[in-house]
Amino acid sequence: MVLNALLMNKVKEIQEEVTIKFAGDSGDGMQLTGALFTDNTALTGSDLATFPDFPAEIRAPAGTLPGVSGFQIHFGSKKIFTPGDEYDVLVAMNAAALKTNLSRVKKGGTVIVNTEGFDVKNLRLAKYAANPLEDGSLQGYELYAIPITKLTREALADTSLGTKEKDRSKNMFVLGFLLWRYNRDVKSVERFLEAKFATKYEILRANLKVLRAGYHFGETTETFTTTYEVKPAPLPKGTYRSIMGNQALVLGLLAAANKSGLPLFYGSYPITPASDILHQLSTYRHLGVKTFQAEDEIAAICAAIGASYGGALAVTGTSGPGIALKSEAMGLAVMLELPLVVCDIQRGGPSTGLPTKTEQADLLQVMYGRNGESPMPVLAARSPSDAFEAAFEACRIALQHMTPVVLLSDGYIANGAEPWRFPKADELPEIPVHFAQAKASENGQPFLPYARDERQVRPWALPGTSGLAHRIGGLEKAHLTGDVSYDPDNHNLMVRLREEKVQRIAQFIPEQQITSGVEQGELLLLGWGSTFGVLESVTRTLLAEGHRVGHVHLRYLNPMPRNLGELMRRYDKVLVPELNRGQLAQLLRAKYLLPIVSFNSVRGVPISHNELLAFAREQLRQDAQVS
Amino acid sequence: MTTPTTTVRKAKDFASDQEVRWCPGCGDYSILKQTQSVMAEAGLDPDQVVVVSGIGCSSRFPYYMNTYGIHGIHGRAPAIAAGLRMVRPELDVWVITGDGDGLSIGGNHFIHALRRNFNMRILLFNNQIYGLTKGQYSPTSEVFKKTKSSPWGSLDHPINPVALALGADATFVARSLDRDPKHLKEMLRRAHEHKGSALVEIYQNCPIFNDKAFAPFTEKDSKEVNDLFLTHGQPLIFGANRDKGIRLEGCKPVVVDLEKDGYSADDLWIHDERDLFKAQILARFFDDPHQCDSPCLPRPFGVIYAVERPCYEDLLEAQIQQARAIKGEPTLDQLLAGNNTWTIE
Repeated sequence: MVLNALLMNKVKEIQEEVTIKFAGDSGDGMQLTGALFTDNTALTGSDLATFPDFPAEIRAPAGTLPGVSGFQIHFGSKKIFTPGDEYDVLVAMNAAALKTNLSRVKKGGTVIVNTEGFDVKNLRLAKYAANPLEDGSLQGYELYAIPITKLTREALADTSLGTKEKDRSKNMFVLGFLLWRYNRDVKSVERFLEAKFATKYEILRANLKVLRAGYHFGETTETFTTTYEVKPAPLPKGTYRSIMGNQALVLGLLAAANKSGLPLFYGSYPITPASDILHQLSTYRHLGVKTFQAEDEIAAICAAIGASYGGALAVTGTSGPGIALKSEAMGLAVMLELPLVVCDIQRGGPSTGLPTKTEQADLLQVMYGRNGESPMPVLAARSPSDAFEAAFEACRIALQHMTPVVLLSDGYIANGAEPWRFPKADELPEIPVHFAQAKASENGQPFLPYARDERQVRPWALPGTSGLAHRIGGLEKAHLTGDVSYDPDNHNLMVRLREEKVQRIAQFIPEQQITSGVEQGELLLLGWGSTFGVLESVTRTLLAEGHRVGHVHLRYLNPMPRNLGELMRRYDKVLVPELNRGQLAQLLRAKYLLPIVSFNSVRGVPISHNELLAFAREQLRQDAQVS
Repeated sequence: MTTPTTTVRKAKDFASDQEVRWCPGCGDYSILKQTQSVMAEAGLDPDQVVVVSGIGCSSRFPYYMNTYGIHGIHGRAPAIAAGLRMVRPELDVWVITGDGDGLSIGGNHFIHALRRNFNMRILLFNNQIYGLTKGQYSPTSEVFKKTKSSPWGSLDHPINPVALALGADATFVARSLDRDPKHLKEMLRRAHEHKGSALVEIYQNCPIFNDKAFAPFTEKDSKEVNDLFLTHGQPLIFGANRDKGIRLEGCKPVVVDLEKDGYSADDLWIHDERDLFKAQILARFFDDPHQCDSPCLPRPFGVIYAVERPCYEDLLEAQIQQARAIKGEPTLDQLLAGNNTWTIE
């Protein structure tokens, strides 16, 4: 191959970082292409971040603008925090994909198109008056117009597949071509295809053939004179894998079940973007994982409450609309004081909103969206791999503090991927769980299901335990006995005790650390959830520019870390960027009486580095003027 | 199911120390007593029994039982019980619900619990009214019923719970009455012996908001002509002098007079609780004696349908064993590593 390259006068260029966008029709297989390219990239040791972006319709009308499905990957030989603002390379399988994505291609960037996606019909559906491949509108870009469909069919000329089936492999041509362009080994992709189509020999052969055709097309076509290489990133030593957010969350739950010694129960109802948690957990039957696809969101959480009562590590997962439906049962779990983890993989709202787009606008819903005084601990994952730790920690708090816990993630974390230096099982802490012990009923002392320990935690008494028979329910409980009580003073006490129990968790979580930057200074960028990457990259840029800034990212949203107020006061100004209209900012202003500055974006996509950088610079400039 | 212990239990062993707060004369008292008595006679250990309920008068039931119990939220008891069954299949689970709780707000969970066939008993206290919210029409109230929320008469066509349960492929469906403790006890016993979801619809009088709703089936002067008590393998006979019978002519049930029409018991429909088709016809014996011009079809009481089908939780356990046999049990380290790793030195 090297010899070949020399013969063809091809040169290899080293690049520090690259952003590629794969875009095509919903049926063009862009998500698979992107995912396979991601796995292949991860194996080279580069750092990476991805951002799949697809329509809510399964197959929106072919060729239309709303039907475009995209997959974005940013990888580099340095630490990568975001999926990238602009594309170095755009792969557009049709005219609509070009139209919706061209504005974000860098000046002079590379545009690779499938010329067959630019026929009269495609141009009309994409609302192009003239063919952009011919009218000069792509001057200023490096354009590769490749008849991908035709080349795919030619590669498969000797197979018995029909035209439709042949065309389905054209994404492999693109993938093969990109693998060549970035000097990759195609083996990991071949292995994946062999496993996926193990029983469909003809389709496997077709995919492998087209993959190689794409690779060789790059190698042998004289117009392509350059290949590129991105070196491994200086990541900490260790063993890595590529991980997506929902996958990491699943592993976090499995690890918590393992470390607590409890069976895992997951009750759920399919909903984007949480369904993959149900899909993945349901493959772990051999571990004894009990997944239950319930008749609705309410049944899903109620079954989990029943399982928790029975002594399982009980989890339910959904997105914002599902939380709305579950909220009465979440209140029941607060009243019963049983452990339960409620995963909310947020998406654009309100109502059905933007099912496949990302947003962080459920924070106030999970904090306050229940009747009565109904406090629940709330945690948030900040990146795909962090969903592992966040899920593990949510389980720990639920089990050790006898409370329902909300775990927030979002569509960007759920479907995004990054390299993960996964832990060894013995590095993870045990989660000791104590059930109330059986006692002889003769000793006269009644069992007190609502007696509390020093953390205000009540005992977990499992049905079937001798001598502990008791009744729990949604009616207010009498302190200690748990009997039904309408007494005003008792209600006042119980409301306070439930609140106190959640607040005391602050003593059992770490103090808030600064992710990067100065310990005190001009500006603190404070965030939660999936904005982690962009806050970190903007902080580093500002630090490099000489500003005294810091970045703090909250995992614990309720209760908040005990040193948070003191930490925020060390900075002249606190800036809270969020994918909502300022929900964490409201909580912080109310709790700490600080003049928080909000930066908000609700466009269904992550905050871009450049927009936040510009806003933060403006904040720093204003401060400089004032002082 | 719990193995009977050697300890002899009495009904009062299943009664909690809480004061029972149903209205005087409420039919719920009878159901509570018969349930406790069936549990005692079955030799159950109260610590192995869990009673799960939703919201409504009937749903206060768990507080009065000296067993484990959850008083849940409106309509959701079958879902809570399902979760418990899946993780603790050795426990004896009883669901208590009412016509509003189980058929209106919880209608969805009711049908899905039945079709999945979780091994639990569902006692549906049907009083054809909302009691706890003080007297609105319920999904089993008769059409044009005048209540607080329907002063001009309710426009709702009533649900037939037995037909609904059969439609959801329930494996055990029975009907009984609070005013017939002996029959009620027998139905609860049969329900307890059934492996799978066992629905017992119990006609329960609400003396405050819907008194005498079931009077045609419970009062001396009318019950014998309106009630048809089913016994497996026996002909369908009813009437003041047991002088009436049901014949099946094609798919049509016909009331015949054994004294005048020249039929004998041998000519009548013989009850077969395993026959789904006949059960569906029996379910449609739903004439309203208040409104029906004679002759009315009598209302069947007893075990209308009972068959065995694998329970969800047993299938789940079997699937786990099967998956283990095929895939083995990876260690946590193997799970965390997945299939594709690389090392940075």
